[in-house]
Parts: sequence; C-alpha cells; structure tokens
Amino acid sequence: MAKDPSKLWNPYVAGVALGLVLLAAYALTGKGLGASGASFRVGVAALQAASPAHVEAVPLMAAAIEDGPPLRYWLVFQVLGVILGGFLGALTSGRLGQETLRGPTFGVAPRLALAVGGGALMGVGAQMARGCASGQALSGGALFSAGAWVFFLCFFGGGYGLAYFVRRQWT
Amino acid sequence: MIFPTDALAQEALTPLSLAGAVVIGTAFGFVLERAGFGRAQVLVAQFYGTRMTVYRTMFTALVTAALGVSLLSAAGLLDLKEVTINYPTFLWPMIVGGLLVGAGFVISGYCPGTSVVAAASGKLDGAFTVLGVVLGAVLYAEVQPALGAFHDSGKLGSLHLYDLLHLPPLALALVVAAVAALSFKGATRIEQLVNQARAAKASAATTP
Repeated sequence: MAKDPSKLWNPYVAGVALGLVLLAAYALTGKGLGASGASFRVGVAALQAASPAHVEAVPLMAAAIEDGPPLRYWLVFQVLGVILGGFLGALTSGRLGQETLRGPTFGVAPRLALAVGGGALMGVGAQMARGCASGQALSGGALFSAGAWVFFLCFFGGGYGLAYFVRRQWT
Repeated sequence: MIFPTDALAQEALTPLSLAGAVVIGTAFGFVLERAGFGRAQVLVAQFYGTRMTVYRTMFTALVTAALGVSLLSAAGLLDLKEVTINYPTFLWPMIVGGLLVGAGFVISGYCPGTSVVAAASGKLDGAFTVLGVVLGAVLYAEVQPALGAFHDSGKLGSLHLYDLLHLPPLALALVVAAVAALSFKGATRIEQLVNQARAAKASAATTP
C-alpha cells in the first residue's frame, strides 16, 4: 500500500490518544509528559564534563546534579522514548527523510538561524515556567493547575503576537 | 488508592521506572508524529488561523486527561494530590515564560517536545530547534541568580482552578469539555473566514 506523507490522524482522534498517554503517565508514574527539562539536563551534563566546579556554582544546575548524574532523570528517559516513537511514526507514515521545512521562497540558512533563535527563547521561557507546551500547558493544564492555565494563555498570546513578523519564512 | 503506582514512580529511578518512562515517551512521540506535529507548517498554521490543528489536538488531549484523572480520583483509584503536587504555580515566571515559549514556537516552528519528533524524523530545522532549547535553558540557569527574586515570584503553591471555583474536579472537567466542544465550532468558523480572505486576496492579485 502506498503511503501518503500528508495524511495525518484526525485532530480529535490524535487528541484523545495524546490524552490517554498523558493519563497513563499520571496514573502509572505520578508525573505527566515533558521535554524541556530533559534538554536542560543534556546542557548541564555537557557543561559538567567541561567544568564541574562551574556547574556546582550555578544554583539551578546544582539542583539538577543534587541526586546524582544529571542524565539520570525521568524526563531524559521519556525523551529517549519520544525520539524512538517519533522515528517510528515518521518511518511508518512516509514522513522520514532529511529536509529543512520552510516556505518555498525562504532560504535554508535563515530558517535554521530562526530555529536556533526560537528554540533558545523557548529554552529560557520553559526554565522560567517550570515546563513547556507539554510539560506545563498540557500536563499542568489537565490537572487544572492555575499557573499552567496562565502559561497556556500567555503561550497563545506570545504566538499570535509574533506570528506576523516571521510570516515570510512560511510563505 | 491504586494510582500513581510506586513501582513506576519517577522519583524511584529504578530500571523498571526508567523503562516505564521510555515506553510512555515512545507512545507520546508516536502520537505527536501521527498528529502531524513533527512538521513545522502544521504547527504554525495555528497562529495564522489557516488550520487550527494544534488547538484542537491539545484541547482534546487536555479534556481527555482531565476527565480521566477526575473520574479515577472520584472513584477512589487515584490520589490526585500525589500528582498535582508536581505542578505548583509561580505566577510571574509563568506569565513571562509563556510569552517567551509562544514567541519561540512561532519563530522556530516547534515546541520543545515536537522539535524532538521533527529531529527524529530527519528535519534539520527540528534538530536546530532542539539545540536552541538546550542553549536557552543553560543560558537562563546562568543568568537566573542575577534576576533576584523573579524565579520564585508569585509563588502560590499547588493552586487549582477547581479550588478557586469551588467545584469538584469532575464537574469542572465536564464544563471544560462542553466549552471545548463549542470552541471547536468557533475554530472551524475562523478557519473558513481566514481561508476565504486569503483566496480573495490571491485572486485579486492575479486579476490584471
């Protein structure tokens, strides 16, 4: 059977599936889903290899190594799973392949620069907010945490507020 | 109370609990990919009003999990406090952090989780976003001491909307589910209006 890479799950079906994965995470492990916490641990591990004393002097990093090696952390293992699951999903849907996603008139180099820059803003924001779209908005939001709902509203506000200025990379 | 289980508790860091984390992550990554969330265009279309897949999928997921959690809790099977304790509120950093993550999302085309899925499916822009998130997280940790009390400002502890509204969690979950269903009709209307306006603009541009 030929695969159609543009074929996606119905958003409501995908939503129910995602919700059930989140429910399983809460019920089995006591914690939800996440990603940015694992990214931080990777950064801390890299810095620790270069300069252990520096990592101990930075409070948020010191907290990350309190209980042992920074990569010995539940979110790091969850994100290893996300890599595997994302790969399997792309492999079986025909979406696996090296490319840089962008609008037809936008260059690869500026697109990759915006990707790093936007990623860095999210890294900063997620450390402040104790989570990102999955770790705070979704996982905290489904528990009706007040802070998660404030985060969710501000997340959409930030996106809509800036969308106009970066529209050219998509068209 | 049966849940959350002790055997798979993430604090335990046993081989079994870490394997559980990998299994849950695998399901998470697979669903995100199949929802189309490994592709930047699908994600950012939300912020141009052309295709509101992110809103539909995320809000449906939120409602599904909220109904599941409150049902299990009402049935005495889940200790809700054991889970909610992991999601305290720090108002000011969550406001600023939310704005930054939203802005970074539309600039990079991904959120921290979906960028991992994009990278795993071979998308270079996804891999560069993952790199950016690592750099940003480390950068914030470096400057955080200079920001004084900001990081812990607006500390409200474990505060939940059902406490503020004096509703049982299950009642609030049902209300939110109804609001979600109504809002999905609104999302469809917005998509129609935006796409009609775009089509009109495009045909006006090609008519001499």
